[in-house]
Amino acid sequence: MTNKNKQMALVEYAQRLGDNSLILGQRLGEWCGHGPQLELDIALTNFSLDMIGQANLYLGYAGEVEGKSRDADAMAYLRDELEFRNCLLVEQPNGDFGQTIMRHFLFSTFQHLHLEALQSSKDETLAGIAGKAIKEVAYHVKFSADWVRRLGGGTPESHQRMQTALDNLWRFTGELFETDGVDALLLAEGIAVDLSALQDPWNTAVQTVLKDAGLRLPKGQVVVSGGRKGNHSEHLGPMLAEMQFLQRAYPGLDW
Amino acid sequence: MTKSGKPKSTTAMTESITGKDSPEAKAFQKKIDADITIEPKDWMPEAYRHTLIRQMSQHAHSEIVGMLPEGNWIGRAPSLRRKMILLAKVQDEAGHGLYLYSATETLGISRDQMIEQLHSGSAKYSSIFNYPTLTWADMGAIGWLVDGAAIMNQVPLCRTSFGPYARAMVRICKEESFHQRQGYEIMIAMAHGSPAQKVMAQSAIDRWWWPSLMMFGPPDADSPHSAQSLKWKIKRTSNDTLRQKFIDVTVPQAEFLGLEVPDPDLKWNKKRDHYDFGEIDWDEFYQVISGNGPCNKERLDARIKAWEDGKWVRDAALAYEQKKQAAAA
Ligand SMILES: [Fe+2]
Ligand SMILES: [Fe+2]
Repeated sequence: MTNKNKQMALVEYAQRLGDNSLILGQRLGEWCGHGPQLELDIALTNFSLDMIGQANLYLGYAGEVEGKSRDADAMAYLRDELEFRNCLLVEQPNGDFGQTIMRHFLFSTFQHLHLEALQSSKDETLAGIAGKAIKEVAYHVKFSADWVRRLGGGTPESHQRMQTALDNLWRFTGELFETDGVDALLLAEGIAVDLSALQDPWNTAVQTVLKDAGLRLPKGQVVVSGGRKGNHSEHLGPMLAEMQFLQRAYPGLDW
Repeated sequence: MTKSGKPKSTTAMTESITGKDSPEAKAFQKKIDADITIEPKDWMPEAYRHTLIRQMSQHAHSEIVGMLPEGNWIGRAPSLRRKMILLAKVQDEAGHGLYLYSATETLGISRDQMIEQLHSGSAKYSSIFNYPTLTWADMGAIGWLVDGAAIMNQVPLCRTSFGPYARAMVRICKEESFHQRQGYEIMIAMAHGSPAQKVMAQSAIDRWWWPSLMMFGPPDADSPHSAQSLKWKIKRTSNDTLRQKFIDVTVPQAEFLGLEVPDPDLKWNKKRDHYDFGEIDWDEFYQVISGNGPCNKERLDARIKAWEDGKWVRDAALAYEQKKQAAAA
């Protein structure tokens, strides 16, 4: 394997991680000021802040490795839809609070396992980011799992809403574990996380909580994927249009 | 979901009948005069309690409604750093609301009751938040002018006579200086930026200057509750004094930015050692306060919608808690 290939794979890999955090952070930020209760408003804003912070680190690193003087902002604000590498799950609309919590639970349970493994990556920068992020994400997992239990077991209405959220989002979870050449190449280098090894622990962790919450896994759903290749849902475009507005309308300025 | 003591209105009735010359009332005023902090369990005149509930809940509501105009730009913040700062800032305001609701609850009203009063329109919030945020420079102007005015108002409140309020204000003031700094930083970047950015910056000060001056409340002569509040040391400095102080501090900052303050009568007065300034449009102030500002309806609708949309979540949390307790019993 050439150094050039490795470099390109690493840029791609850091973008995937950064875009997952960025897009989820952007989504969560939409809740600010509109949460069901002040404490929950604060929690969701806090999660958004954590996610944007992680994105800043990953995307900054992607730019650094790429060596074309793109910084984290250039990565976030000046790429278009086809170049975004996040999974479809994180770009799904907030929906009601139940859907937001379910999305966060499914994703952060995955993210936590991923970060745990990434901490021992041979790439010191990625390992360092993981070491910092895992402390934040551990709380996200606990918080969202608690709320899945609470809402799953609360009232008939809340139970129904959580079941709907799960039914709606489950099809996007298969993508989390998909691998391609980038993963293979960096796995061989001891840099990337072996996603296939995360599937079982993720299933166990998720199903334990869903069982507590009295929720049933949807049967026979097809896996929807493509985010990593830039094949997104229609939800990403409007979100990027909002996020990138100032940088696009007034290019190259300091704010 | 907040729980607190029952409103103390029945015992209060008898207290208010005892009048302001009662021994309790005299002892109370003596404590105030000696700068002894009043605590929730201490005897207090019913009017003092009511004034505090009105002012503190209004203050709490302002923090919460105030999240909306800035929340409008979180999605569009122009860099990741700016986005993080704005998120942290708005989150602080939510925290301020939380401290203030808790402090107000010590007076015998629940958070839910206060929220109900906000939604029904019987409780107010600062009229400044009824103006729209049109450009990114508005994030700068809000931090610089609105948080700046809030700091001016709040610093004296750290010494207000009611203990829980004073302590909440101490915590809040610690965070406010970061709010003002980040706002002024945005103003610097834009006022010294491209022509388009300068236009946005000037437009922001044009639109936020006068409403910021109104944040100090009506002139002392027309401020109905001021005299009593000063006597009770709920208020420590008069509206006009604070307003003048704000103008004196802020005008040089505008000059540094190279922006024009939208007041043709603004002029340094050597004799007074203060800026003279033009007439404030109090009609506008009263219009906005009474619900006719540009965004009153949007702000209140957004709060009510969040509350109603969140009802099933709060209900479920309560039901879950009850089930857990029943299972444990
Ligand atoms: Fe505040
Ligand atoms: Fe503030």
